[in-house]
Amino acid sequence: MWIRSTMTYRFSFAMTLLSNFTATLFDFVVILLMFAHVRGLGGFSFAEVAFLYGTTSTAFGLADLAMGQTVRLGKRVRDGTLDTLLVRPVPVLAQVAADRFALRRLGRVTQGLVVLVWSLVLLDAVAWTPLKAVLVPLMVVTGALIFGSLMVAGAAFQFWAQDGAEVTNSFTYGGNNLLQYPPSIFAGELVKGVVYVVPLAFVNWVPALYVLGRDAPAGLPAWSAFASPLVAAGFVGLAGLAWRVGIRSYRSTGS
Amino acid sequence: MRLYAAVVAGAFRRHATYRMATAAGVFTNTTFGFILAFTYMALWNERPGLGGYDMAEALAYVWLGQALLAACSLMGGGFEDELIERIKTGDIAVDLYRPADLQVWWMCVNLGRAAFQLLGRGVVPLVVGALAFDIALPEHPLTWPAFLLSVALGVMVAFGVWFLVALSAFWLMDGAGVVQVAWLAGLFFSGMLLPLNVFPGALGEVARALPWASMLQVPAEVFLEKRTGWDLLGAYAFQAGWAVVLLAAGRAVQAAATHRVVVQGG
Repeated sequence: MWIRSTMTYRFSFAMTLLSNFTATLFDFVVILLMFAHVRGLGGFSFAEVAFLYGTTSTAFGLADLAMGQTVRLGKRVRDGTLDTLLVRPVPVLAQVAADRFALRRLGRVTQGLVVLVWSLVLLDAVAWTPLKAVLVPLMVVTGALIFGSLMVAGAAFQFWAQDGAEVTNSFTYGGNNLLQYPPSIFAGELVKGVVYVVPLAFVNWVPALYVLGRDAPAGLPAWSAFASPLVAAGFVGLAGLAWRVGIRSYRSTGS
Repeated sequence: MRLYAAVVAGAFRRHATYRMATAAGVFTNTTFGFILAFTYMALWNERPGLGGYDMAEALAYVWLGQALLAACSLMGGGFEDELIERIKTGDIAVDLYRPADLQVWWMCVNLGRAAFQLLGRGVVPLVVGALAFDIALPEHPLTWPAFLLSVALGVMVAFGVWFLVALSAFWLMDGAGVVQVAWLAGLFFSGMLLPLNVFPGALGEVARALPWASMLQVPAEVFLEKRTGWDLLGAYAFQAGWAVVLLAAGRAVQAAATHRVVVQGG
């Protein structure tokens, strides 16, 4: 339904799709601009940074496409329109995710994939093994699950903090932004936080560093490169739990 | 005059009531400030003095960007969504019927909002940045008021841009596309992602001449004491010039748009 309604304003849709593609492209232009001035960033080459960029952006794009609409939940809680969704015989989460489903978000996925493929062409120093080849699509999928879980958890948080949607952005958009760069440029404490406290590092850093033949961040053992599915499962479980607690505690507005 | 002052104060108070949103915004700005600060450090470690900034100045630039993001509506989020909604639903007819000018009314709304955002979302990230990193601060105490004046002019330019964007809804009905394009231009050409003096060649020159440079790049240069004496007046003239051009354009478009308004319903 939302796809059809979007298509009604064709000019606007074309413009949003294009600008969504360009917006995320600008993100990458910044990295290009940086590499116009330097040859390496934190000891990583352009191809390696592009690889990090491509993997996290594709994963984030997929999560955003599926779950990006959950940020609107706070508004529904505030004005009480969530009640309409509660009485329908469809899971509320599915309805919230489909609320104003924005096809234009395909722009981000496309752009991430383009950079990812480009980086794979440029990466000539990598000794590819079947294991490494499997890790690339795997990290995109598990990364999308991790980001998607964060979006759902953020939505659950809004049952309590009704206009605090921006906090979720620090973890989702902020995490995506962080993971585009090599861990070597960040302070050790920050990297540890992203590995052990909120294990966002498993979106791409941990498996990607293995693919690039580098040491795992923050002293993780080498086998942790394959732990992403486990971490993703943990994220999905916790997000599900948070969602359930959130929706139980929901009290409608009104008198 | 009293009416407009009341509108400014009302907008300020209204945004002051969104406490959770303000706290969330501060948290987000601070997080992004940290991420950006580390990427800038990596870049400036490789190329000290890039764009004429030393490390401390580059880091100050990062935190200024986070501090001005909301006040100067670098990525929107000002008044435009509400104005577009009013145009779409036809509530704009009520606004036009008021004994107040449409443009001045919304300008006052935006001024009140910007003043609150500067205090509510600007001060904390800048203080955190100054405590966590070795950032360049003004040496001359007079730089602070000079900087605030530059920010105020930046807010006016931002209003000029977003007012035009919002009025496009009179013709397009759905403003989402134009808003996105404006949001993009703001993000890139304000210098939010990378200082404009690091942009190479012709791209840099064009970027520094566009109105968006008034919203972050110019205030930052004033803050970093890169613009002093006559150069400071030049910076103000640049910002004021764009403000006048954009506000005049907004006037013209407003006149054309209100000619077209057809009020529906009975």
